[in-house]
Amino acid sequence: MSAVQHTDAHRTVLRRLARAIPIPAGAGLARTLVERNIRSYRHGWLTLVSGFFEPIFYLFSLGVGMGALVGDVDAGGGRMVEYASFVAPALMASAAMNGAVFDSTFNVFFKLKYAKLYDSVLATPLGPRDVAVGEISWALLRGLLYSSAFLLVAAVAGVVESWWALLTIPAATLIGFAFAAVGMAATTFMRSWQDFEYVSLSILPMFLFSATFFPLERYPEALQWVVQATPLYHGVGLVRDLMLGDVGVGLFAHVLYLAVMGLVGVAFAARRVERLLLT
Amino acid sequence: MVLRQDGTQADDRPLISAHALTKRFGDFTAVDGIDVEVRRGEAFGFLGPNGAGKSSTMRMIGCVSPPTGGTLRILGLDPATDGPRIRGRLGVVPQKDTLDEELTVRENILVYGRYFGLSRAVVRERADELLEFAQLTERASSIVEPLSGGMKRRLTIARALVNNPEVLLLDEPTTGLDPQARHVLWDRLFRLKRSGVTLVLTTHYMDEAEQLCDRLVVMDGGKIVAEGSPRQLIAEYSTREVLELRFGEDDHGAYEPKVADLASRVEVLPDRLLLYVSDGDAASKTVHDRGLAPLSMLVRRSTLEDVFLHLTGRTLID
Repeated sequence: MSAVQHTDAHRTVLRRLARAIPIPAGAGLARTLVERNIRSYRHGWLTLVSGFFEPIFYLFSLGVGMGALVGDVDAGGGRMVEYASFVAPALMASAAMNGAVFDSTFNVFFKLKYAKLYDSVLATPLGPRDVAVGEISWALLRGLLYSSAFLLVAAVAGVVESWWALLTIPAATLIGFAFAAVGMAATTFMRSWQDFEYVSLSILPMFLFSATFFPLERYPEALQWVVQATPLYHGVGLVRDLMLGDVGVGLFAHVLYLAVMGLVGVAFAARRVERLLLT
Repeated sequence: MVLRQDGTQADDRPLISAHALTKRFGDFTAVDGIDVEVRRGEAFGFLGPNGAGKSSTMRMIGCVSPPTGGTLRILGLDPATDGPRIRGRLGVVPQKDTLDEELTVRENILVYGRYFGLSRAVVRERADELLEFAQLTERASSIVEPLSGGMKRRLTIARALVNNPEVLLLDEPTTGLDPQARHVLWDRLFRLKRSGVTLVLTTHYMDEAEQLCDRLVVMDGGKIVAEGSPRQLIAEYSTREVLELRFGEDDHGAYEPKVADLASRVEVLPDRLLLYVSDGDAASKTVHDRGLAPLSMLVRRSTLEDVFLHLTGRTLID
């Protein structure tokens, strides 16, 4: 009897706590949504393959091919490296961003508005938090696959300079997390496919101007702080430092930026799913 | 769980109880303070025209729409705090099929079962049983898209049963299906009811309500306007029989005073008169004796449709 009362009291406390935190309810079953996506991709494996090749094509075209014309670049602190070694980490970080954004915007929008997937998911014990966490985890998992493959190819191509580079895989996953979370949150505001122009409009300049293809010092001084404020700049910085074995406390700033971005994104995405579907 | 057909004592506490349940969207009141109780093992229907508040009520019961006011208890629990636990014991068949078109027929059931936290072994076993039940075993590895409307509906129902729900919520289960498909579906729902599953459904098909429901409420404008078994409702809001008279003229209204005293109520339609009477044959004889010569006379039993139209009017609601 007292044990029952105890667990009840326990549950009440937990419930109050859960309500105090502004993250909507979930049942801890987000992994089942990931399972669903894995099954769905068994039928459409071609899209998986294309996401793998894109950064590798870039690496050979820009890094290895054009790099031969460019010569060595300053990778920060006066350290000169081959252009391919400079650009490879940036491509890895950008690929993590692109993959995550694609999954969490186009795919989520389709499921939200057309397939009505989440309507049927929310009729089960799963809550909006599970939907957000599940979809974002899936984007991460795909990113993990891509970045591992990319690292392997980059190592074979001889542009990896340090064993620290192994840590670029979790780093790329963190980038994927940050962008997938914000991407999904943004998707809940989209009204039609036309609104996806905004996504391209924010992704493309980041891809080109986040100290991806040339060093930060090349930007006019007035613009340098704008570049440093963008999330991909931190992603590129993180992966580049690890791949070049240039490890310092500065890494933590990058990690913190991306982690906070991801967590805020998840909470926001979950709230929006709740607002849209649990009316 | 206590099942009725076991001969054991049925649980008397209502499975679903709503008191002054209200749902507002901005200024619009979709559900306006309804009281409902659904008991274990019964088939309970919400009848009403479009926009009567049926679907809003179903969504609140399904714990995907928080009530604006009143109290709601499902399986003795409060949806506001125990949503996931309640949903784990419900089966939901939404108005529009929301099948997962990226998966096969069988995968739809497997994946859905996993959403309930069931183990892979359990969902595999359930999937086989349910495909059999839904007569879809041959289509198990087909993708969902090319299935017929009836098949998709049966799959939606099979999917909703994967967690062995105590209550099955069906929002307009047979809308858009052809007569054959409807009868197959009704047959499946009968079997479920016999096995002890409580059915809660909305419909605007009166034959469906008469076929399936033990008890029902008629909703209109967010309120409950009548409640009872189909037979009780007919007894209370209509007469035993209806005499339909067709005359060869456009203005049927002119005949109303000539027959008004024969019936407890006369309804004038553009093409006929409806006389609500207890004895149709006797009334038709009197019509004949008075020298009125209708083109056709038809005596039929009152149906729920008569009750429905009487209560909610004949005006088109869009």
